[in-house]
Amino acid sequence: MEKFTTLTAIAAPLLMINVDTDAIIPSREMKKVSKTGLADGLFAAWRYTTPGGREENPDFVLNRGPYRQAKILLAGLNFGCGSSREHAAWALHEWGVRAILAPGFGNIFYGNCVRNGIVPVVIDNARVEAIAAQVERDPERNRVTVDLRQNLVTAPDGSTTTFALAPADREMLLEGLDAIAMTQKRDAEILAFQARDRERRPWIYP
Amino acid sequence: MGAQSLFEKVWNDHIVAAETSETPAVLYIDLHLTHEVTSPEAFNVLAARGLAVRRPDLTLATLDHSTPTVPVKTLKELDLLVESSAATQIRVMIENCAKLGIRLLGFDSDQRGIVHVIGPELGITQPGKTIVCGDSHTSTHGAFGALAFGIGTTEVAHVLASQCLLQRKPKTLAVNVQGRLQPGVTAKDVILAIIGRIGVGGGTGHVIEYRGSAISALSMDERMTVCNMSIEAGARAGMIAPDDTTIQYLSGRPLAPQGRDWESAVRRWRALPCDAGARFDREVDVDASVLAPMVTFGTNPGMVVPIDQPVPAGETASFAKSLAYMGVEAGKPMLGRPVDVVFIGSCTNSRLSDLRDAAQVFRGRKVSAGVRALVVPGSQAIKKQAEAEGLDQVFMAAGAEWRESGCSMCLGMNGDTVGRGQLCVSTSNRNFEGRQGVGARTVLASPLTAAASAVAGRVADPRQYLRG
Repeated sequence: MEKFTTLTAIAAPLLMINVDTDAIIPSREMKKVSKTGLADGLFAAWRYTTPGGREENPDFVLNRGPYRQAKILLAGLNFGCGSSREHAAWALHEWGVRAILAPGFGNIFYGNCVRNGIVPVVIDNARVEAIAAQVERDPERNRVTVDLRQNLVTAPDGSTTTFALAPADREMLLEGLDAIAMTQKRDAEILAFQARDRERRPWIYP
Repeated sequence: MGAQSLFEKVWNDHIVAAETSETPAVLYIDLHLTHEVTSPEAFNVLAARGLAVRRPDLTLATLDHSTPTVPVKTLKELDLLVESSAATQIRVMIENCAKLGIRLLGFDSDQRGIVHVIGPELGITQPGKTIVCGDSHTSTHGAFGALAFGIGTTEVAHVLASQCLLQRKPKTLAVNVQGRLQPGVTAKDVILAIIGRIGVGGGTGHVIEYRGSAISALSMDERMTVCNMSIEAGARAGMIAPDDTTIQYLSGRPLAPQGRDWESAVRRWRALPCDAGARFDREVDVDASVLAPMVTFGTNPGMVVPIDQPVPAGETASFAKSLAYMGVEAGKPMLGRPVDVVFIGSCTNSRLSDLRDAAQVFRGRKVSAGVRALVVPGSQAIKKQAEAEGLDQVFMAAGAEWRESGCSMCLGMNGDTVGRGQLCVSTSNRNFEGRQGVGARTVLASPLTAAASAVAGRVADPRQYLRG
């Protein structure tokens, strides 16, 4: 996984609450057997004028001018709720999103972001809205910085907000680590657990 | 150790390495369920690293999400029944399972069905287990006192490779439901009312334990309906303490413990319920005796009202957008709105008791002209049982379609979709924009309400269709 340290980029406001992963990528867009080729389906229902079509809806934020190059999303409460589909994180990543600022995320989506190099930044709603207001005045110039080394978001006006991220999640993003490789190092502990557990609960093991 | 909740007992039982301030816990997984949509990339990851599946014996696969709900006689004809991309997902799943030694309940199995329906039905879903699946409705299995939750595909690969997950301990939320349900009010109405109460983000970061007299009185089918929608309140999982109802349900099921193992397992399961004095991070009380049949009016499951009450007014732009999408006005009830489609199925409400509920309404009545009603059993076993009881005849005589098992119109991946602008009363779990089809408008409700609405051709109160 690619490392994330700091990013200064165009931020796109999508401030609706409860944007679910079906909205991020509808099921009809995820009939794939790998994680690539999904960016086209990102926000398909809002991004295109016709179902299944590819004619852009000029009103949708990611189709508008500088926002086409956005790498940061400014989102509403409970972003990414609903389905566990990691296709939502894959589609966002492939489209170019590397950080999402929101007052809260769906739990499964949050973890999927971390595992795909997207930083989920939790900051209050008022702060997200204030940053969005600054960005909207001139998205190209009014860029937002997410600094993961300092856990700091810098708004276009230079004001800063700190955010919290679990140490292991932060390290995974900073170092581009891979959970499977990390867990493989603990193989002896897992095997020992299995041996003990088989004694306690033999019916678990067919 | 002090008094522990059901969740804490199951959590503590599966700790391979304890959580620290720096690192998450390594949690052992007892059962990994997989299906064709969220697993292919996980298998790609294993193949790229040359990794084997650590415990194929603790892994069970089925085909449900992209599968046709018409009979599949040969795999060759699959492309005629679903889009070729969906057919590819199914073929890749069959190949991967064969290659890696994973048991797949495919089209040749009479045990195939929706992943969250077959686990319990086979008796492999058991109290005290940790159960995961690349599907958010894995919370269903919590009805047995298992800790069961949905995971992303990278985690699917992680479990396949290690049989473990890295997890931070969630908080706990007790939802205490007391009192007796009125006739015509079901488990589906209970969970919709709970979500309406705590909101779609109300359970975020928590595992819910549903407790109280109204929960104890529920059958296993009904408990599964409740736990199934825990994710719609944002919760990681939902759990119900195992009791006589649970143990009776599991007894004799093909993959339940047998003989001496059964005795030891039951002893262990009996010790799982919450200790007196165990603390929860939050508690919510719900009075079941005052609940009415519930219907959703917006585009998330928290936007829900008693069927005879008006749609409330909201202040946010998101709320207004939601009502506009649904073509609904605040101040008017959902009752009486014309219906185009009725879907009875999904991991929420496709079990035998759900089909019996629907059949009770359909018996001797007809689906209203112009309404399409689709009844999709949760598994091939349920289909067979329903047919043995003659329920299929009731549905077909009423003019409803009777199908093979699968996820079907809940998420419309297999071609079973709702048309643009059409209103669908659905027994599924999500009324998200476009979930059931582009521009589809979903009203979530119980099987009783769905069947009554099919007959009336309008959103209808099931209490007027019950027979004494």
